[in-house]
Formats: sequence, structure tokens, C-alpha cells
Amino acid sequence: MNFLVGAFKPPCNISITFADGRTRKQASVKKENGQTAMVPLFQSQENIVGEVCIEPVLGKKVEHNGVKIELLGQIELYFDRGNFYDFTSLVRELDVPGEIYERKTYPFEFSTVEMPYESYNGVNIRLRYILKVTISRNFVSNIVEYQDFWVRNYTPLPPINNSIKMEVGIEDCLHIEFEYSKSKYHLKDVIIGKIYFLLVRIKIKNMELEIRRRESTGSGSNTYVETETLAKYELMDGAPVRGESIPVRLFLSPYDLTPTYRNINNKFSVKYYLNLVLVDEEDRRYFKQQEITMYRLPETL
Amino acid sequence: MLLDNAEDEEKWLAEGIAGLQQNAFYMHRALDSNNLRDALKYSAQMLSELRTSRLSPHKYYELYMRSFDELRKLEMFFKEETSRGSCSVIDLYELVQHAGNILPRLYLLCTVGSVYIKSKEAPAKDVLKDLVEMCRGIQNPVRGLFLRSYLSQVSRDKLPDIGSEYEGDANTVNDAVEFVLQNFTEMNKLWVRMQHQGPVREKEKREKERNELRDLVGKNLHVLSQIEGVDLDMYKETVLPRVLEQVVNCKDELAQYYLMDCIIQVFPDEYHLQTLETLLAACPQLQPTVDIKTVLSQLMERLSNYAVSSSEVLPEFLQVEAFAKLSNAIGKVIEAQVDMPIVGAISLYVSLLTFTLRVHSDRLDYVDQVLGACVRKLSGKAKLEDSKATKQIVALLSAPLEKYNDIVTALKLSNYPRVMDHLDNGTNKVMAVVIIQSIMKNTTCISTADKVEALFELIKGLIKDMDGTPADELDEEDFKEEQNSVARLIHMLFNEDPEEMMKIICTVRRHILQGGPTRLPFTVPPLIFSALKLVRRLQGQDGDVAGEEVPVTPKKIFQLLNQTIEALSSVPSPELALRLYLQCAEAANDCDLEPVAYEFFTQAFILYEEEIADSKAQVTAIHLIIGTLQRMNIFGVENRDTLTHKATGYSAKLLKKPDQCRAVYACSHLFWVDDQDGIKDGERVLLCLKRALRIANAAQQMASVTRGTGGPITLFVEILNKYLYFFEKGNPQITGSVIQGLIELITTEMQSDNATPDPSVDAFFASTLRYIQFQKQKGGTMGEKYEPIKV
Repeated sequence: MNFLVGAFKPPCNISITFADGRTRKQASVKKENGQTAMVPLFQSQENIVGEVCIEPVLGKKVEHNGVKIELLGQIELYFDRGNFYDFTSLVRELDVPGEIYERKTYPFEFSTVEMPYESYNGVNIRLRYILKVTISRNFVSNIVEYQDFWVRNYTPLPPINNSIKMEVGIEDCLHIEFEYSKSKYHLKDVIIGKIYFLLVRIKIKNMELEIRRRESTGSGSNTYVETETLAKYELMDGAPVRGESIPVRLFLSPYDLTPTYRNINNKFSVKYYLNLVLVDEEDRRYFKQQEITMYRLPETL
Repeated sequence: MLLDNAEDEEKWLAEGIAGLQQNAFYMHRALDSNNLRDALKYSAQMLSELRTSRLSPHKYYELYMRSFDELRKLEMFFKEETSRGSCSVIDLYELVQHAGNILPRLYLLCTVGSVYIKSKEAPAKDVLKDLVEMCRGIQNPVRGLFLRSYLSQVSRDKLPDIGSEYEGDANTVNDAVEFVLQNFTEMNKLWVRMQHQGPVREKEKREKERNELRDLVGKNLHVLSQIEGVDLDMYKETVLPRVLEQVVNCKDELAQYYLMDCIIQVFPDEYHLQTLETLLAACPQLQPTVDIKTVLSQLMERLSNYAVSSSEVLPEFLQVEAFAKLSNAIGKVIEAQVDMPIVGAISLYVSLLTFTLRVHSDRLDYVDQVLGACVRKLSGKAKLEDSKATKQIVALLSAPLEKYNDIVTALKLSNYPRVMDHLDNGTNKVMAVVIIQSIMKNTTCISTADKVEALFELIKGLIKDMDGTPADELDEEDFKEEQNSVARLIHMLFNEDPEEMMKIICTVRRHILQGGPTRLPFTVPPLIFSALKLVRRLQGQDGDVAGEEVPVTPKKIFQLLNQTIEALSSVPSPELALRLYLQCAEAANDCDLEPVAYEFFTQAFILYEEEIADSKAQVTAIHLIIGTLQRMNIFGVENRDTLTHKATGYSAKLLKKPDQCRAVYACSHLFWVDDQDGIKDGERVLLCLKRALRIANAAQQMASVTRGTGGPITLFVEILNKYLYFFEKGNPQITGSVIQGLIELITTEMQSDNATPDPSVDAFFASTLRYIQFQKQKGGTMGEKYEPIKV
């Protein structure tokens, strides 16, 4: 077995390291197999600097037609798995065709890389950034090594952040007015608000606030919409009477949220909604959904 | 069905406890290993057991208490955790809010909140405010009440009260009060709302359950009362108005009653006194069905206790015009609660009266006002049928009596009799008896005619027939009892001044004469004797008042008496009238009023002739007449002759011979008064005695004719004794030989064949003879006198 593995083993080890790999922040990312992994974290306009180290397996030489490193931003739709759409592609040639006999390192640098989109692992879609090192060879397949990295982009505080305030109801049955202090929330934000009962003629059992994520992918007839409920947060227990106002305070930090993504490269959108659900004693559900905008605030020390 | 429910409930409770214990176990493990995340997780799961809707409050409480104990441990853990610095309390405060279910979340939040306040990392007021606000999320009444009660419990020692370590800077006692008030308000709302939840048929059960929960709500008021910083001003400006606002607005009978009671019980009396107006203003605004009388009674009782506790507080009562306010409030309450049964209104007045008597015992006008208000309430209504209301009125009327121990005071109350008018006749009488008993017990002397007038107005139920009382309903014994008490009462009416006394007598007379035939025999005699007492007094003072214009003379009194007794004779109660005439005659005799005395005798004789028909009564009457006449010493010869003649005449006309005999020999005394200047007509004495003997003989013969046996020899013996009496007194007509003859006659009679042996007569005779023997042996003048008599 070992022998066999050895036979197909690439003749060299390629490692990609970032210059500031030790100090750079890392993001914990959930991989497809459910495990979490730590990957280096970048943001747009950053210099991505590092080195590629190629180390031939002992006693072997690597003959090649050139070594290059690419920085790729890819979108992968799961219904079209394996087919990546590159929205960003930068290349650096590292070596001219030749042979490598011993361990060799190539520094590389992509300066102020435009990475407009954030990395994202969704239900039907994935957006990722990778560094891809290719050792081109003539007759045998190229030797390729990937290094994932994660991109998060930060948005400053939105200048306008109106509250969400609305009166809804079913005639002669239930009238409520709800208010959320903001319409735009950063990921560690707290939703503060209140629900005011103007008219209650039904026997309400409880009320909860849901955070829902709507991921829509594709376009036209190929649009896939996936809605997930990320949080169910009970706001009220029991039946209120007219005039009651119920406070809302929902901390967003425990939930795995991303910023709102709108029409990313015409491929997908991820939107967030607050869904206020009232359940009556017969388990009928009355709800009102409101979109909220999520954004990522620069992390301060 | 019901049993099933109970069984099910037991089962559910057991399940709840089991779930709770299991999670508590895991929680303990997490606590032991300092695992915050697990501790939060399991504590939240543990608290989830409290989300149940299936338990009655009673059972839920059990579950709650267990959770409470567990939460104490958790709180300790939080405290350690934050002091160790492994997690800041602020983070912890956020962390517990991540729990998805609201009820566990809020229990945890309160628990951490308690630690948060203790840490002083944030102002206590902010944390408290946040907690009380967040708790709004629980709208289920039972769960909400328990949660808020938990909040109240954990925050109790952390209020920014004056002197508390949490006070200062931005934290003032105002915040503490605000917090408690808000929690109270919310709890009360939940509590009130409870009644509307669930099916209508279980309403009664729900009300019972609600009642079980009331102390959770009331506890807040208790907390408020214990806040040091709640001084009178704050109580007046903030606490009371806010609490009352809630009480009034909740429009719930149960809550209003309980909370009003609570307010009265938990806050100091002094505060009540100073805020009386506010407190009372709330009363008429309560639901019409609220048992406000009990509430107000409690208040008044407390206030009066307070007033009594120290004399220093009394001026405060005056200053705040407590009485006027209370009285006013009661009026309004009665007005507002249209459906309040009359008994309720009256018991309110009773309470007010009790209060007045205890606090303002010197203010009779207040007492009268209360009674007046009661009269107004009762006016326009028929007599009370309701026995409870009647009882209350009796209480109302008895209160002043007990307090003052003096009917005289009560008599000044113009409304007193008007209240009594509203009683039914029976109770009215009972009340009258109570009044009389009060007088007797305290031996109160009623000393003016006005008061007497008022008093008789009060007890008129006893004095005369009331309208519409069926006579046959009266119990003979009760009636006698009542009338006897009236009779006793008459003796309590007394004044030193004859003139006033005369007025009293006139007043009494006027009243009792309305009494009708059944009452007069009871009431007239005491009046007569009372009047006679006055006569005797006048007689005693005779010398002093001589020459002056005397408004009251015995003569006038006698005139009055004459008329009074006449009323009695027409009742008819002739025997009694006769006795009274004789009494009067005797008194007149003592006053040297011959014509008056003569008049009385005349009346007596007329009565005897015309009204006294029964032979036995006649016997008694004639003996009375004889007895009285014997003692009269003012009559001139002519008058006396006329009267004695009459008396002897009547004596001889009695129906039975023995009676005749006895009356006649008694008459003999009329002619022999053993006084210095008494009449001594020996001849007529002998005449009487001889006549008596003749009658005795006749009786003897009649007896032997009719029955063949001898008559009563006893008559002879009796006559013999009379002989001996006059013999000793020195009547010259009675000689030893006459006596000797009589003795022999008796001896013969006794030995005759047809004599019926009678041991008592034998003994009587024997002892008479022995007496003679004894006198003889004694010697001296008397011995010599007896000497000739041979036995």
C-alpha cells in the first residue's frame, strides 16, 4: 500500500506560507465535513505576501515548464459542483522552465488585492479565495497546491440607520406595533425593540423572534432560494392584553451570521430577516417578516 | 373528574420535580468543575420545568421553591466566577440572555442581575430597571407572578435605600421605590388578569387560586413599607398615589379589597393619618362589590388604636380633621355603592362610631353626627327586617352606652332615638332593656326632666304599645321582665331639688300613663313610691321652706297621685290601686293633711265596694284597710268614726264566717291605739270582740250543721289572744272573768264529742294558757292582774 501511495506521490512537497502567518488573524471556518478549521484572514486591498517552498522528494528532481502562483476568487454553485467561476484571478510567475533539485523558496507578493466579496460557505453556494501554485510539466500532470484563505470585508458604521417601526394586524383580531431600534446591524450587535399590543382578541400562547437567512442563488429560472432559521428567540410567554409592551433584546453574537450580500457577482444573494411570530393557543402562527441589513464592523481592539 | 385532575396534577408535579432534579444534578456537576457553559445550559434546562401550565398555583409554588434553592447555588457560583475574574459580570449578564426560552432566561437574568448589583459595576438602579422591564416578557399570570416574586426576592436586600450600600451617586431611594412600584404594578396586572383566562365554568376555582397568590402581590407593598427612605413625604407624594392608582384602575373586586387591606396593614398609622384624604378618596372609586366596610373598619380600628396608644398623637388627629374626613368618605362610599346592603352601611357607621368614641370621646357632637348620618341612610325605609342589620344597629346604639357608662351622655344625642325608631319592635325593646341595664349597672342617676323626657323617648318601646305589634306574640315572662326593668328605672330618676323632681315625676307620669292596662300595674307603683319619697322629703324640710312661695307642696303631689292611681283602678287593677291609695293615705297622714288622707280612704273604700269582688281579695283588702286606718292619727273624731264604722261594717260582711270573725276582731284595734294620745275606746273594743265571738259561734254551728263536726276552735283561741292583748293594755272593759269565761268555753268545746281534734289548735291553745301561767308567775303588776284568772 505504502508502495503504491509512494508511486503516485508527487515528486515534491509544496508549501505556501504567508509572510505574517504567525501574527495574522485567523478565521474559524466550518468545512464541508463539519469540522472547523482555522484559516488566515484577509480583507480587501491587503497585500498578500508570502513564499512558496518547493522541496523535491529526496533524490528526485522536478522538471518543469515554469512555476506560477495564482490568487483566485471563485464562486462554486453546488448544483454545478466542481465548476468554479473565477471572479478574480491574479498570476505571478515564480520560475522559468527548468529543474528543481533541492528545496527552493519563491517569495511572492500580490499588492493591494481587490477582493470585493467575502468568503462564504452557504447551503447552495460557496465563495472562496485560494492561492494556487502550479508547477507545469510537460508530459505528466501539473503539480498543483492550494492554500485557502478567508476574506472578510469591513464596513464602517452606516450613516443612516433608521429604526424599523410598523403597525400590523388582522382586523378586529390582533393589532400590534413593533419597533426595532435599527434596520442595520453589525454581527455582534443587539437587536433592541419592543412589541406593543394595540388590540388582542386572540389567545396568544407565546411570541418569538426568528432570525432567518435567505440565500438565493442562480438567476432566472435557475434560481434556488434556501431559507434557514438561525435563531428562535422566545420574547413572550403567555397572553398579553391591550396596552402591553414587550421588550426585545436579542444578542446576535451567539449566531453564525454573515453580512448581507446583495447580488454577489450576479450569482447569489444572502439576506437576513427578522421574523416576529405569534402563536395562539390553537398553534396557529401569525408572523411578520422584516429584512434587516447585516454588516461587518471593523473589529476594534 | 375532579379527583382525576388532582391525581394528574400530582403526577405532573412529580415529573416536574424529577426533571428539575436531574438537571440540577448536572448543573451541580458543572458548578463543581467550574464549567460555566454547562452550568448555564443545565440551569436553563432545569428552569424550563417552570414553563409548565398544568400545575395549580399551589403545586407550582412547590416547583418554584425547589428552583429557588437551586438558583441560590447558581448565584454563589456566579459570584465566585466573577470575583475570580474568569468571566466579567457584564459578560455574564449578556451570556445568560442568549437562552432561547424566555422564562429560564429571565430567571437567570435576575440571578445574574443580583450579582451584578452586588459587584457595583453598574448602578443598582440601572440593573433593577432593566430587570423589571425585561420581566414584561412573561405575560402568563402564574409564571409572571412567580418570576416577579423571584425578582422581588433577590433584589430586596439590594435596593438603593437610604443607608444601604447601594445608595449614593445616581442611585437614590427614589429608584428603589420606582422599582418596587413598577414590579408591584405589573404583578397586580397579571394577578387581576388571571381571572379572565381559562374557561368560564372554572371561574370559581380560578378565583380560589388567585386568592392563594395574593400574598405574592402584597409582598411588594410590604417591601415598600420596609424601605427606610420612604418617609411621610415620599409616601404621600409618590407611593400612595401610585399604589392607589393601580388599585383603582385594576377594577377588580378581589384585588381592590386585598390591596386596600394590605395598604392599611403594612404602612404605619401615622402615614395613614396624614394621608387620610388620599386614601379615603380612593374608596368610593372602588368596585361596587368590594367589601369596603371591612377595609374602612380596619382602618378606623387601626387609627383609633394609634390614637389611644399615645396622647401625643391626638392633636394630629384634630389637625388633619380625621373625623370629618372619615365621615365624609363613608358617606361617599355608601353613595357610590348603590347595592351595598343596609347592613354594610350600618356596620360602617358602627366602625366610625367606635373610632369616634375612642379618639374623640369628648366630642358628643361627632357621635351625634354619626348617628344622624345613619338616620339619613335609614330614613325612607321601612323598619329593618334584616336581622344582621338589626344587630349592627344594636351595636351602634350600645357603643356610646358602653363608652360613656352613662346614659345621660347618650341622652344628649338627639339622633339616638331616631336611630332606634328604625329597629323592629322586638329589637327596639331589647335595646331599651340594654339602656336600662346600663343605667342600673352604673347606678346612673337621671336628674332632670329633660333627660327623663329623652330617656323615655328612647325606651318608648317598653312604655307603650307600638303600632302593629300583635299582642299575642308577647311572651308573658319577657313582658314582666321588661316592665320590671322599667319599674326599676323609675327609681333611678332622682333630683335633690323638689321642684325638678316634681317635674320628673310629671314627665314619667305622662309617659307611663300611655302604657295601657297591661303595663300600668308594673309602672305605676314605682312612680307612686318615688313621689311619696319626695313627699317625705318635703315633709322633712318643712321648717326650712316655710313662708316662701313653695312651688311643690305635698298637697299637689297627692293630687297628682290620686289621679294616677285612678288610672290604675280603671285598668282594672283595683287591689293594687287600693294598696297605693292606702300608702298615700298614710303618707298624707304623716303630712298632716287630713282631707287628703280622708280622700284617699274614700277612694280605697269605693274601690273595695265597687271593684273588689273576689272574697279572698276582699279579706286581704279589708285587713290592709284596717291596718292602715289603725295607724292614722290625723283624723278628727267624726272622720275617724265614719271610716272605722265603714271598716267594721265591711268586715262583718265578708263572705265566710271565719274571715268575718278575724276581720272583726282586727277592727277592735281601730278603737285602741296603743299610743300616748291614741284613741282608747274600751267599750267599742269589747263590742268588736264580742261580735267576733258571736260570729265564731255562728261559724261553729254552721260547721256542725253542714258537716256534723265541730268548727274551727282556732277562732276562739285567736279571740282569746285578742282579749289577753287588750287585757294587758289595760282596757277596763276586758276583765279577768271575761277571759276566764272564754277559756272555759274553749275547753268545753274542745272536749265536746263532735270536736275535730286539731293538733295545731291544741298547741296554740296550750301555749296561750302557758302564757297566762307565765304572766301569773312573773308577779308584779301584770302577775296581780292575771291572778284572778284560773286555768
